Amino acid sequence: MSDFIDLVLLAMLALTGLRIIFLKDLFAVVMLFGIYSFLTALIFINLDAVDVAFTEAAVGAGISSVLMLGTLALTGREEKESSHSSILPLIVVFITGAALIYGTLDMEPFGNPDNPIHKHVAPRYIEDSPKEIGLPNMVTSVLASYRGFDTLGEVVVVFAALIAVLSLLGVPKEGQEKAPASGLKSHQVLRVVAKLIISPIILFALYVQFHGDFGPGGGFQAGVIAAAALILYALVFGLPNAVAVIGPRFLKFMAAAGVLLYASVGFFSMYKGGNFLDYNKLAADPVAGQHYGILIIELGVGITVFAVMLNIYYAFGNQVERSNIQ
Amino acid sequence: MLEQHLAALPILLPLIAAPIALILGRSSFSWAFATLISACACLFAWQLLDLALANGVISYEVGGWPPPWGIELRVDAANAFVLLAVSALSTLVLLYSKDSIEKEIEASKHTLYYTAHLLCFAGLSGILLTGDAFNLFVFLEISSLATYTMVSLASDRRSLIAAFRYLVMGTIGATFILIGVGLLYMSTGTLNMLDLANRIDIAESGRTINTGLAFIMVGVSIKLALFPLHMWLPSAYTYAPSAVTAFLASTATKVAVYVMIRFIFTVFGVDHVFGSMGMDLILMALAIVAIFKCSYKATVQSDVKTVLAYSSVAQIGYMILGISLVSATGLMAGLIHIFNHALMKGALFMAVGAVFYRVGSVDITAFRGLGKQMPLTMAAFTIAGLSIIGVPLTVGFVSKWYLVTAALEQNQWIVAALVLGGSLLAVIYIGRILEAAYFQERPDSQNTTEIKEVPWLMLAPMWALVLANIYFGVDTSLTTEAASSAAEWLFQNNEMPLGNQAEAK
Repeated sequence: MSDFIDLVLLAMLALTGLRIIFLKDLFAVVMLFGIYSFLTALIFINLDAVDVAFTEAAVGAGISSVLMLGTLALTGREEKESSHSSILPLIVVFITGAALIYGTLDMEPFGNPDNPIHKHVAPRYIEDSPKEIGLPNMVTSVLASYRGFDTLGEVVVVFAALIAVLSLLGVPKEGQEKAPASGLKSHQVLRVVAKLIISPIILFALYVQFHGDFGPGGGFQAGVIAAAALILYALVFGLPNAVAVIGPRFLKFMAAAGVLLYASVGFFSMYKGGNFLDYNKLAADPVAGQHYGILIIELGVGITVFAVMLNIYYAFGNQVERSNIQ
Repeated sequence: MLEQHLAALPILLPLIAAPIALILGRSSFSWAFATLISACACLFAWQLLDLALANGVISYEVGGWPPPWGIELRVDAANAFVLLAVSALSTLVLLYSKDSIEKEIEASKHTLYYTAHLLCFAGLSGILLTGDAFNLFVFLEISSLATYTMVSLASDRRSLIAAFRYLVMGTIGATFILIGVGLLYMSTGTLNMLDLANRIDIAESGRTINTGLAFIMVGVSIKLALFPLHMWLPSAYTYAPSAVTAFLASTATKVAVYVMIRFIFTVFGVDHVFGSMGMDLILMALAIVAIFKCSYKATVQSDVKTVLAYSSVAQIGYMILGISLVSATGLMAGLIHIFNHALMKGALFMAVGAVFYRVGSVDITAFRGLGKQMPLTMAAFTIAGLSIIGVPLTVGFVSKWYLVTAALEQNQWIVAALVLGGSLLAVIYIGRILEAAYFQERPDSQNTTEIKEVPWLMLAPMWALVLANIYFGVDTSLTTEAASSAAEWLFQNNEMPLGNQAEAK
């Protein structure tokens, strides 16, 4: 049954991909990208990778669609005819595809418990992590503790994305030139519904943030969900109103503070005589130390992701409003 | 305490300094802070190299988890040597940036520039020091994102298109590396490089592993701008701010060359990559074409930054040529050239940036008569240019010497002759610029009195590199010792895991 679902989902994924290639209407392409992400999330769920599915749905289908729509508002929704020849890229794509298929020839059988991937490092993660780290969710154990350095790197990648967007679009200015009232004034239904659901979304974000130790969730997803709540507010009630709640300058500090909070856990464990990010040294009891460490670094992740996503949206939104005025 | 964490500090210092530099906000504060941090990291890199030469390998378990479960930082002579070059260049370029970016980057974006520079430096250090294949990809992402940002910061609008092309090519490269690492993980179940080397079983799942090898090699080749995948490089180097070009040209592609060395020698094993896959022939052919095609292209450009960019692609050819000779001497020549080329290209691009600072153009016509008006800058350009050509008493000669020796060791007379032939083309493209600077008069129409020497803060790092060019050209003990022990270590270590495997069977 599971194989059959996989096949159907993969077929739909391929169809969506093909449609994206041939479609010229970029608005529809963005929507299809959202569908593509949801399909991928479903495949992840079918593979029992719920954490990954959650992230894919929140980031791939949620925030990135909003950001791409923000770009479309600046660039227009029709794809321009490309003047380049597409023969060379086609050849490259075919060679790459052929190489990937060639690579599958010696692949281990799908889902076989004897595969090397299940035999080497994974057993320790599965058997010892409840004792060593004390969390029911092994994904969080691996992500935040065993490979915590990678996660710090990923947070810095998110931070670097903010630096890139700010340097391209400029730092949005606060409180200057009152922009004409934006938002969707005439859509009463939207306004009421938005008012109703924004606070539950933020509450849910907090739940996801702190529930990551026990089930799917954690800082990445929580940060994105919280940012989505404020983006919804900005969309319906206008950018200036959202900026009045949290301004871009403050968000810039938040983004930096999240990274520093994460790193400070590492430095504190160095101060306590351990290696960088050795949570065992944070408290007298190693398992309690692991717990504190993971709680704080997840908070750092959440803060940075939230601040970066919202600030990137502000940067786009600001550009759109400026081009509307002109 | 410092001793214990020495391996982690060159990554961690710039990594946390980047958000702090953003918070500091004021251009001069973040400049001073970034320079200080970079100088500290450079000091630690120096100590690391000392330790690695004395003790061999230093391993640092991040999070206290032993590899392969946790992430390991693994320092040996090879990466400590490259790290020293990267961190020294980062410090000198930051010193140079203060005045240089004033003319080329909007004042409101100076803090972002220093933040991006620190992020890029942290990423490059991470790539160098990590012993984990996926961790390498994470740091590659950090450094790449920061690099695209820095290229796009120039006020020249064409830098945006250059940065976009670089972004697309770079992302394809990074994705290929990720696919390759994924395939390796699937067939071995581990991400630690040494553990990978032990567990790669060609007989069992050869086709999957060879596909992984192919994807990693192509991805890294894009990142290091190996001909014919170098198309992003000339425009990115031409339109980026001068300080950025000086930093990227002397570090980013070199770190990618190191990644290639690491994957060939530590992960896949030289016997497999060069012996059974025959990749040495492919690399050698591409390297030789790169040397000649791009050196020739350099001779016909009118923008001096483009000339030097094409020259960079050609110089990368020399490094790859050294690797493809499959001998300890060849590898050593490649490693020495990574270090030496950083010194040469850093100085050259700094001199070109100085010309832009005063004249406002880097076209070859803008160099006319500068020998009289900016004597110190042009003298620096001349010495670094002679080094690129490979004149004795400069580091360029040292690189070429070992490369030719390595070729002759294997009776590759043609390769040795081609290396010398490539130098002749360098004489032409450097010579054209020197001729304009010293033997052509400045056109009267331009106001010549305004053009004078650049501020000392730009001259000092430039001349530091020029003097290093001469110093390491005369006293080669440090570079040859580090490079030869690194090369021997890579070769000898390469046989060990294979030997272990045979015993295990």
